[in-house]
Amino acid sequence: MSVNQQAHAGLPYGQPQPGYQGYQQSGYGGQQMSGVHHSQYGAYNGPLPGYQQPAPPQGYFSSLGFPSKGSPVSLNSDTPTLAPNFIGTLRAPPTSGAPPPTSGASVPAGHPVYSQFGQGDVQNGVATSAVQMQRPSASQPFIPGTAPAPISQPATFRQYGPSPTSAQQLTNHMAGMQIGSSTSAPLPAGLGYGPPTSVPPASGNFTVTGSGLYTSYSSSQGPPPVTMTHGLPPTSLSQGLSLAQPAFSGPPLSAQHRPQAPGFLPPPCSTGIEPSSYPSATGAPRPSTMQGSQLSGQALTGLPTSQPNHVSSPPPHPSMSGPAMTGLQGPPPPTHPSQSGYQMQQNGSFGQVRGPQPNYGSAYPGTPNYGSQPAPPPPPKRLDPDSIPSPIQVIEDDRNNRGSEPFITGVRGQVPPLVTTNFLVKDQGNASPRYIRCTSYNIPCTSDMAKQSQVPLAAVIKPLATLPTDEAPPYLVDHGEPGPIRCNRCKAYMCPFMQFIEGGRRFQCCFCSCVTEVPPHYFQHLDHTGKRVDFYDRPELSLGSYEFLATVSYCKNNKFPNPPAFIFMIDVSYNAVKSGLVRLICEELKSLLDYLPREGNMEESAIRVGFVTYNKVLHFYNVKSSLAQPQMMVVSDVADMFVPLLDGFLVNVNESRTVIVSLLDQIPEMFADTRETETVFAPVIQAGMEALKAAECAGKLFIFHTSLPIAEAPGKLKNRDDRKLINTDKEKTLFQPQTSFYSNLAKDCVAQGCCVDLFLFPNQYLDVATLGVVPYQTGGTIYKYAYFQLETDQERFLNDLRKDVQKEVGFDAVMRVRTSTGIRATDFFGAFYMSNTTDVELAGLDCDKTITVEFRHDDKLSEDSGALLQCALLYTNCAGQRRLRIHNLSLNCCTQLADLYRNCETDTLINFLAKFAYRGVLNNPVKTVRDTLINQCAQILACYRKNCASPSSAGQLILPECMKLLPVYLNCVLKSDVLQPGAEVTTDDRAYIRQLVSSMDVAETNVFFYPRLLPLTKVDVDSDTLPAAIRNSEERLSKGDMYLLENGLNIFVWVGVNVQQGLIQNLFGVSSFNYISSTLNTLPVLENPFSKRVRSIIDMFQAQRSRYMKLIIVKQEDKLEMLFKHFLVEDKSMSGGASYVDFLCHMHKEIRQLLS
Amino acid sequence: MATYLEFIQQNEERDGVRFSWNVWPSSRLEATRMVVPLACLLTPLKERLDLPPVQYEPVLCSRQTCKAVLNPLCQVDYRAKLWACNFCFQRNQFPPAYAGISEINQPAELMPQFSTIEYIVQRGSPTPLIFLYVVDTCLEEEDLQALKESLQMSLSLLPPEALVGLITFGRMVQVHELSCEGISKSYVFRGTKDLTAKQIQDMLGLTRPVVPVQQGRPLQPQEQPPISSRFLQPVHKIDMNLTDLLGELQRDPWPVTQGKRPLRSTGVALSIAVGLLEGTFPNTGARIMLFTGGPPTQGPGMVVGDELKTPIRSWHDIEKDNARFMKKATKHYETLANRTAANGHCIDIYACALDQTGLLEMKCCANLTGGHMMMGDSFNTSLFKQTFQRVFSKDFNGEFRMAFGATLEVKTSRELKISGAIGPCISLNAKGPCVSENELGIGGTCQWKICSLDPSSTLAIYFEVVNQHNAPIPQGGRGAVQFVTQYQHSSTQRRIRVTTIARNWADAQSQLQHIEAAFDQEVAAVLMARLGVYRAESEEGPDVLRWLDRQLIRLCQKFGQYNKDDPNSFRLSDSFSLYPQFMFHLRRSPFLQVFNNSPDESSFYRHHFSRQDLTQSLIMIQPILYSYSFSGPPEPVLLDSSSILADRILLMDTFFQIVIYHGETIAQWQKAGYQDMPEYENFKHLLQAPLDDAQEILQTRFPMPRYINTEHGSSQARFLLSKVNPSQTHNNLYAWGQESGSPILTDDVSLQVFMDHLKKLAVSSAS
Repeated sequence: MSVNQQAHAGLPYGQPQPGYQGYQQSGYGGQQMSGVHHSQYGAYNGPLPGYQQPAPPQGYFSSLGFPSKGSPVSLNSDTPTLAPNFIGTLRAPPTSGAPPPTSGASVPAGHPVYSQFGQGDVQNGVATSAVQMQRPSASQPFIPGTAPAPISQPATFRQYGPSPTSAQQLTNHMAGMQIGSSTSAPLPAGLGYGPPTSVPPASGNFTVTGSGLYTSYSSSQGPPPVTMTHGLPPTSLSQGLSLAQPAFSGPPLSAQHRPQAPGFLPPPCSTGIEPSSYPSATGAPRPSTMQGSQLSGQALTGLPTSQPNHVSSPPPHPSMSGPAMTGLQGPPPPTHPSQSGYQMQQNGSFGQVRGPQPNYGSAYPGTPNYGSQPAPPPPPKRLDPDSIPSPIQVIEDDRNNRGSEPFITGVRGQVPPLVTTNFLVKDQGNASPRYIRCTSYNIPCTSDMAKQSQVPLAAVIKPLATLPTDEAPPYLVDHGEPGPIRCNRCKAYMCPFMQFIEGGRRFQCCFCSCVTEVPPHYFQHLDHTGKRVDFYDRPELSLGSYEFLATVSYCKNNKFPNPPAFIFMIDVSYNAVKSGLVRLICEELKSLLDYLPREGNMEESAIRVGFVTYNKVLHFYNVKSSLAQPQMMVVSDVADMFVPLLDGFLVNVNESRTVIVSLLDQIPEMFADTRETETVFAPVIQAGMEALKAAECAGKLFIFHTSLPIAEAPGKLKNRDDRKLINTDKEKTLFQPQTSFYSNLAKDCVAQGCCVDLFLFPNQYLDVATLGVVPYQTGGTIYKYAYFQLETDQERFLNDLRKDVQKEVGFDAVMRVRTSTGIRATDFFGAFYMSNTTDVELAGLDCDKTITVEFRHDDKLSEDSGALLQCALLYTNCAGQRRLRIHNLSLNCCTQLADLYRNCETDTLINFLAKFAYRGVLNNPVKTVRDTLINQCAQILACYRKNCASPSSAGQLILPECMKLLPVYLNCVLKSDVLQPGAEVTTDDRAYIRQLVSSMDVAETNVFFYPRLLPLTKVDVDSDTLPAAIRNSEERLSKGDMYLLENGLNIFVWVGVNVQQGLIQNLFGVSSFNYISSTLNTLPVLENPFSKRVRSIIDMFQAQRSRYMKLIIVKQEDKLEMLFKHFLVEDKSMSGGASYVDFLCHMHKEIRQLLS
Repeated sequence: MATYLEFIQQNEERDGVRFSWNVWPSSRLEATRMVVPLACLLTPLKERLDLPPVQYEPVLCSRQTCKAVLNPLCQVDYRAKLWACNFCFQRNQFPPAYAGISEINQPAELMPQFSTIEYIVQRGSPTPLIFLYVVDTCLEEEDLQALKESLQMSLSLLPPEALVGLITFGRMVQVHELSCEGISKSYVFRGTKDLTAKQIQDMLGLTRPVVPVQQGRPLQPQEQPPISSRFLQPVHKIDMNLTDLLGELQRDPWPVTQGKRPLRSTGVALSIAVGLLEGTFPNTGARIMLFTGGPPTQGPGMVVGDELKTPIRSWHDIEKDNARFMKKATKHYETLANRTAANGHCIDIYACALDQTGLLEMKCCANLTGGHMMMGDSFNTSLFKQTFQRVFSKDFNGEFRMAFGATLEVKTSRELKISGAIGPCISLNAKGPCVSENELGIGGTCQWKICSLDPSSTLAIYFEVVNQHNAPIPQGGRGAVQFVTQYQHSSTQRRIRVTTIARNWADAQSQLQHIEAAFDQEVAAVLMARLGVYRAESEEGPDVLRWLDRQLIRLCQKFGQYNKDDPNSFRLSDSFSLYPQFMFHLRRSPFLQVFNNSPDESSFYRHHFSRQDLTQSLIMIQPILYSYSFSGPPEPVLLDSSSILADRILLMDTFFQIVIYHGETIAQWQKAGYQDMPEYENFKHLLQAPLDDAQEILQTRFPMPRYINTEHGSSQARFLLSKVNPSQTHNNLYAWGQESGSPILTDDVSLQVFMDHLKKLAVSSAS
């Protein structure tokens, strides 16, 4: 039924616009989506929440349809009209569903909006019928859509509400019933929506009381019962996006379950379990509703054989399921054709529109789950979430295709595998992608091209990146007294691209073409190919990355540097002492000091350490080895900071061990009774810097700070947090430092090579934006532990501290990026300081810090010579040795835009765009930044469409293969806390994240913006392989499953209400879901394979990230779930961020506008 | 004669007072013609074994402007229980406690032998003594070690309940917290920044913070000890801690590069010490003891830059106005000294270095507060060690020979007014009817504060006779002066010592011989010398000398017997006979001559001259010379080059130096080792005798003199040769024959020449 309806719907849409047909042919139900998008666009910036929610569902449907067909890329613009209608109807429910708490308020607002949209739709001429059609279609598409993921089930419920009106009488009845119960429902659709309003609470109810929810659900949708069956659904309901999905899922769910059953066996089980729990819950609250729900449930259950209760609904389900199934399968068929196209795309030929689509299709097939379901509905035009480009799919494909063989860097302009792929790098003349990644490996020859494409040309450089153990670290080259060989003119260092001429007596610089005499001691004959005979003996001639030992002329004041020093500066004000932090730090330092970084073969670290504690005044400690007891020196003259002692402040750990231990023992005691609540901050940094200056060395300060520095001193701050500024022109001030004092201080620090790492333990606003200035500009790191509690945060903090202390770090560094003629580095992003336009000065640079460099043309490039980069980093290593690390990279140049688009790397692009945007918020209103970002991406894609894609209907969305994830990732960036803060995000959080992202590498931004979501219940305890990740959408969660989500900062373990007791017992050591403590921050150590495996996975993730992630256990329907949902980035977000589908539609519209 | 000498001596022993004139000229005009002003040397706390303090409060005259203390000179009406004040003639009721008073039953203060009496008064709670060590750490290792030992030793000398504190300084200034166990804490200040008292107290946390009200933490009763306790602790409590702390003191760790002086923040260290005590224990007895091993080289109070190539200012530089830091530094220390004095604390300076340490600039710290000043070459010398030890010497009662926070008030009968005082004191600016407009020394007040004094501290107090010539004083009239010294005894008691003296008036025209006979030339010399030295602080050296010469000539003209223009007829009576000789030596003394002395040395010498008692002052002016020979017992000999004989051993005491000088023959004998031969035991004894005598002097002298054991021809002999009267020089050697003595290579005039000139000028009718 639904399928047919959908098809109808699709046709009408398609008819209005020729493009549609084409699309339809292609099998992109997405047309509707596009239509939806249009409507959404209007809503987009403004009433996003409401719009998106409603719209998304529709859009999704339509889009889903498209994707299913195989080319998620193309979306029909026509669909929009339909979509609006849908939205109107659908929205309400979604909204309600999505934000359970807020739903009450938001929903009403949403309704009016919707109505408007609806009108708009009508005007569009889509015809009410279309609307109706859509609804059914929507429901249908949902079904298919839902099929893939049990998660969608909840969504289906809601959708059922709407869908019933259109397609399923039963469901309609159900809805009607429910509506009646909840509120009066003028129209079926309306009814459906109406309920949704009630639903929102309902969703809330789900967590709280099943009954309430159910009633609402039931009112909105017959399916509720279905939801009953599926533990997860409710949660999905809560999400705006889910709404769309729900519709799908509802029917599909049942269908899906079946199909999935094989793959997702657990869900059914869980459902089986859940029912019991559910009923109880529901029953308690509202029996009547229960009944309603039961009815619906029965209907649903009918479908899922697992639950007899639901049987009543089965009728619809069967029908539904049928279409749903088809819907699901739908995509596959197209996929087949698309597959070929897909491959094509991979090859880089985007010539045919179909190509891309097929690609998607191919992608789908790639994924067994999706592919498994043959879906006839493909023809439907709805956007199927499964059919739009899936990051998971792309990642999986890349992993499968490129993970097996080593990446050999010898060839110019090679695009490396994705950051998510494990691969081995063999350095044959270009720097490993672990050191440098570029947005594009094929640079347009002219600036006009570059401008036209709008693709930023940037390199993300991580000069000191840690390599896997099976890759050799850069070779050290020692040229002795004369130092490295360099070009006379541009001072570029000897590298594989230098051309030796005149029999090897001279070499021509590959960057500036200047010819330089080869010094006699370096002379070597050339072989017949013009290669030096010692080519393979010299790393600087054969490798992309290597190090030179610097001579004294590369050192400050022409003096070899002293070994660096670490200074630990501990806040001992009341808060720090009371929370146990001081004691914790002191205890930890005792053992941690044995793990200071040391240079390769050295027996002990050359790094000296010093200790300072402070509140309103500073306490320095003399820990000279000859003392019996440490001595404390108090400096209260914070206005004019100085270091009170020289000898004995910075000491060798082993020599002064007893004194240091004694000190660390005593510090907590000394301040145990402190009443000092005020702290200073700037003087602390000054003190550390002065200490380093006095000791004539570079070094790092580890500052452990708890509060806003309000004590009378330089750099004193006031509380200026003001949430009212958000979304105003003054919002940028929240990101700017309060005073310029810290910038100047940072400058001094950099001059001294004083890097600052800041550990913050705030209980309230402490102005990260200002406090972070020095750490940021000195190449330091900020760690923030809000509301630090010993029990829960200790582990994370200690691990961070350990990692931070132990990690490889270079000091007093200067980085310069040289480029071949034609382009030059024009802009730099990251944690550093620049006193001129070319040199990046870093007081400290650790192995996790990246510097992003943007290039611009200043001349033409030639395809023959390509473009070369040389990144030279002069730094002092932890042994106090001055070194030069050189990374070389050669890129291709192109005269055809298609080449550019074929050699892009979306992850890097997103990394750059995020950094660009995050810096932009310092000076521009956030909205402007967002618009700029969207606009740029639209231009990039439009340029592709215009110049590279084969002619096709304007309504079709065509994405370059390499950039097909650009929209979804971009959406994640736009929805991030910095650019679109939710109500619970503090100003400090935003400032913190803003700075954090600025020095992230590509792998980190990738997972940060698009978290990794793993179904734990699918874990194979006997194998090392991870289960396939799933997409970040609530509809893909099953309440019978557990999931693990990580984004580089947090790890969530989400537990569905219907998870098998056995699993809960195994993992948490408690007997049932209800006993799981949501305050857990570690998983109990239990001796069973499942627990071990899960913990090892978590440990593995922790090891991969530069920060120890906070582990949060989220129980479905628990209040923490809100937080969790924030990371389901494909869904509509609470703060108004668009769902993936919505955003895709929006992008499409933007592109179309640009094209027309 | 004898009677006057006895009288003078008796008075001195009883009251610690010696007047220049013991019979006072009765009119202002006559008094000014006496040349030597009517003045006295007062030793307020002169040790009196026979003076048990009385345990009650003094009875005061009820007139507000007078408030003189009841004394033996007062007329008492035993029946009416009234007494008349002998200064203002106010009649006063005795207080009720004196109800039983009668001729037979007199209170002590009315008995003539109690012209000096000491009261113990109970006021407020006694506060312990405070000793704040301010220690320079820019010392050589050896010096620092010695200093640390001395300081550790001193802890055992302090009364157990005394509070001690420790500040060390070098490039930085560290205020050590003493209350903590385990880890030693100190507050560190940068040595270049002058801080106000308020800032210092804030930074030390001495201002009691507003106790933040912590939620969920009930306000506990304030069991916190006094805030100051962190820095000042009773000796008995932290004896061990402080000993360890001192033991661990390190040399200033900041590197000193070649050609530089260590950076020494003396100015800030002192400022912090002053601020610390100011904030915690104002107006209680406290000593800030500064131990410094070099000049302040940075921050406020710096005396010289850290470049070694720039030497410290010399007198030459000062004359040429070339001492660029001097004025500013002096001002800094003066400000500190005044603040310290206002708080009743005192500053001691123990400076040990081979070069100057900036005593010139810092002198006021000791001068104005009554603190000690000590100058030596190294802390690792007995000179310092024993001097420092002697600071804590005790009297026969086992009490410290130091008193704190004294206020000296002088009251005079109507014919007299007070011109001023010279000594380790500071004006309290107390105006009164007895304050003269003509200032001599620190004038314009009748009250002075002496923040620290010991039994030998002596002030010169100058008076002016204001009685007009036409208002003769009745025969037998007596002028009276009362000195009231309130102070904190080292036992922390508050005490008041009252000395009341009276002298006869005499009409200078008719009774000049009486006055003349009652002249005390010794004290007069000292009093004039103090005036001279006081002037020398602010005037050019030659001016002072000229002034002194003129005074001497005038005195000779006034009291000499001569025929006009006949120098040979000039005679002085016995009571004046030594005076010119004192002046001769005074002119040559380091107090007035800066040649061959660094500014620091001059300051040091002047400091001590301005506070020592009469005997010591005379020794300073005219060193004592003893001669030891086989020909008889040791005898004092003339301080003259003729006394330097080959077969004599000389012992010279200049107060600052003890010189033992072996004549040429003696030295040869000693080299030959005769003293070790049994048959020459007498020679051994001869050698030993001056050593024993010197030891005796060393035992009692404060500060320890420099002990020099030298012989004929040795470089150290210069100490002797520079002091003796150069009666034989290379100029007149052959004229005088060679029978005795040893020629001095100098162009200085000899006493003989000086006297000849004096006579000539005195008898000259031209002047």
